[in-house]
Amino acid sequence: MTTFIDGLSLGSIYALIALGYTMVYGIAKMLNFAHGDVIMVGAYAIFSTLAVTGHPLVGVLVAVVICTVLGVVMEKLAYKPLRGASPLAVLITAIGVSYLLQSIAQLIYGSKSRAITLGNFESIKIGSVSISSATIITLAVGAVIMVTLTLFVKYTKVGRAMIAVSEDRGAAALMGINVNFIITITFAIGCCLAAAAGLFYLLQIPSVTPTLGSMPGIKAFTAAVIGGIGSIPGAMLGGILLGVIEKICLSIPVLAPYTTAIEFSLLIVILLVKPIGLLGKKRREKV
Amino acid sequence: MNLIKNIKANTKPKYFTNYIIVAVMLAVTLTMKMTGNLARSNATLLAQISYSIILAVSLNLVVGFLGELSLGHAGFMCVGAYLGCFVANMLHEFISSPLLVLIISMVVGGVVAAVFGFIIGLPALRLKGDYLAIVTLAFGEIVRTIFKNLKAFGGALGLDSTRYKGNLFVVGFVVVLVTLFIIQNIVRSKHGRAITAIRDNEIAARAMGINVTYYKLFVFVVAAFFAGVAGVIYGHFATPVLYSFFSYNYSIEILVMVVLGGMGNITGSIIAATAITFINFQLQTRLSGDLAALKFLVYALILIVVVIFNNAPALSAVREKFSIRRFLKSKRHPSEVHDDEAAWDRVPTKIRMDEVLSVDVIVDDPYTPDKKDPTTKGGSN
Repeated sequence: MTTFIDGLSLGSIYALIALGYTMVYGIAKMLNFAHGDVIMVGAYAIFSTLAVTGHPLVGVLVAVVICTVLGVVMEKLAYKPLRGASPLAVLITAIGVSYLLQSIAQLIYGSKSRAITLGNFESIKIGSVSISSATIITLAVGAVIMVTLTLFVKYTKVGRAMIAVSEDRGAAALMGINVNFIITITFAIGCCLAAAAGLFYLLQIPSVTPTLGSMPGIKAFTAAVIGGIGSIPGAMLGGILLGVIEKICLSIPVLAPYTTAIEFSLLIVILLVKPIGLLGKKRREKV
Repeated sequence: MNLIKNIKANTKPKYFTNYIIVAVMLAVTLTMKMTGNLARSNATLLAQISYSIILAVSLNLVVGFLGELSLGHAGFMCVGAYLGCFVANMLHEFISSPLLVLIISMVVGGVVAAVFGFIIGLPALRLKGDYLAIVTLAFGEIVRTIFKNLKAFGGALGLDSTRYKGNLFVVGFVVVLVTLFIIQNIVRSKHGRAITAIRDNEIAARAMGINVTYYKLFVFVVAAFFAGVAGVIYGHFATPVLYSFFSYNYSIEILVMVVLGGMGNITGSIIAATAITFINFQLQTRLSGDLAALKFLVYALILIVVVIFNNAPALSAVREKFSIRRFLKSKRHPSEVHDDEAAWDRVPTKIRMDEVLSVDVIVDDPYTPDKKDPTTKGGSN
């Protein structure tokens, strides 16, 4: 039971990252490889402001602002010039951006992992199960963010414009939607979510390294693909599923060393059996 | 006549430059070795350069010619290195010649890697672009995790391999020549044309009757084979063979070589692989600790700047202006108009038409209507 709840909380981190991936993929039709590293930037932002001000909440606010700005800058400088170029070029650039962020972080902060304390979290006992309050915060805030995001996309003007752009970019532009603006907004939201994911990551593993974002990033992409890329409920489902599977594997001694291999094999199997993912929509390819 | 044309087409200097570059590198270093001018560390560097070239050229086949991104090239190399060196360790008891052992283990490592390439190529048939990239990335991680935990291959300590006694770089460069021969011939054959057709437009290629499934698998298998061979060469001078070397970062390093050299340009891959390996070798001792990140910073900038410059639709005019090929072709001022080939009077067919017409006029035929009445000149030619 404890394993399951740990899995849920890890899963909600993955889900938050996967949401960023899936939104950007759905709207800009590109895989933002640097998304995982935005989490890292968020974590370092929290780390630095915490060292200066000593207040976790300020750190979170600063992290959200920095990540959002970073998302917009990244989109404008690296991805916008390549709009209309081949997907391969965009993908390679995204890998470059990911590397750029990692190496800059390493040059500034060094490659050593640094410990960070965000406050004391007591564990709460419910029946026979004890849950850390950090887990509860993660689950609660994660759920709130996901619901808000779903409502935002469904009922606001910008959200609907996003759906329109992801359905058909050309038609959306003809209907008077500013496609470039929508893509920028999507990057901003995605990176904002990544900052939140960075916070939750620090609640679980309280140390920062320049490469902390790459593995969760890749795993979250796995989650997004499992759930069906471009689908918001799919990203949540995939994220939570992957988190639970990871924690269950880690709790079984025989499987524990192979956890990463199992997760990635799951990705390959899903892609082979059902390439559109669990909740994805099928798209026809046109000439 | 046709035969002569074919020979002429096949002996275009373009296809030979690559062999010449590598052969000259080999010859120069070999003479240096013979005369005793080659330092031991430089021999290591040369071995590194040889397997880097193999890796870059084989990845170029996937990225530059097939147009799919593979982030698992280090994974194939890992499979080749582990299996090849495992076999080499066993063979050393039976075969005394280290060269023979190296050759056999290279074949074994390559074939096993090719089998993995086939397995990874299977999902590649249903996936494209980003999905495929992530699957190959996942494959690299899976391979690493498995070798890390297999006791038979040394587990977390790595597999103890035997250093090659002779000059590894000589073998390495000979393998580079073989690799170039095979890959260049694939690219120039009808199979190569099919592969580039798939890159340019998969649906159109399918419509033209190209077996896309077959060719994608084919490319993955060939690329994986050579990555495996490169892995065996690596395993013969780096001991122990350690899983952590074949990380995602290394796959990216190979990709940087391909991108820097130019996607779809084999000469470029050779030069870039040599340059990057050389720079790495020099930086290894000079950049210590966290400054090592500078190397990755430069890689990242190379990837971003080169790709944006080569692909951004807005920069196509700039590209045209600064194109090296254009510069080599003509040294005229760019503003000067030179469309002599299209000028109407130089087009061969037109000239022939004129000749035919003029012959018509010259013919002195008393029965043509024009000649009957000399007062009315035949202006209706």
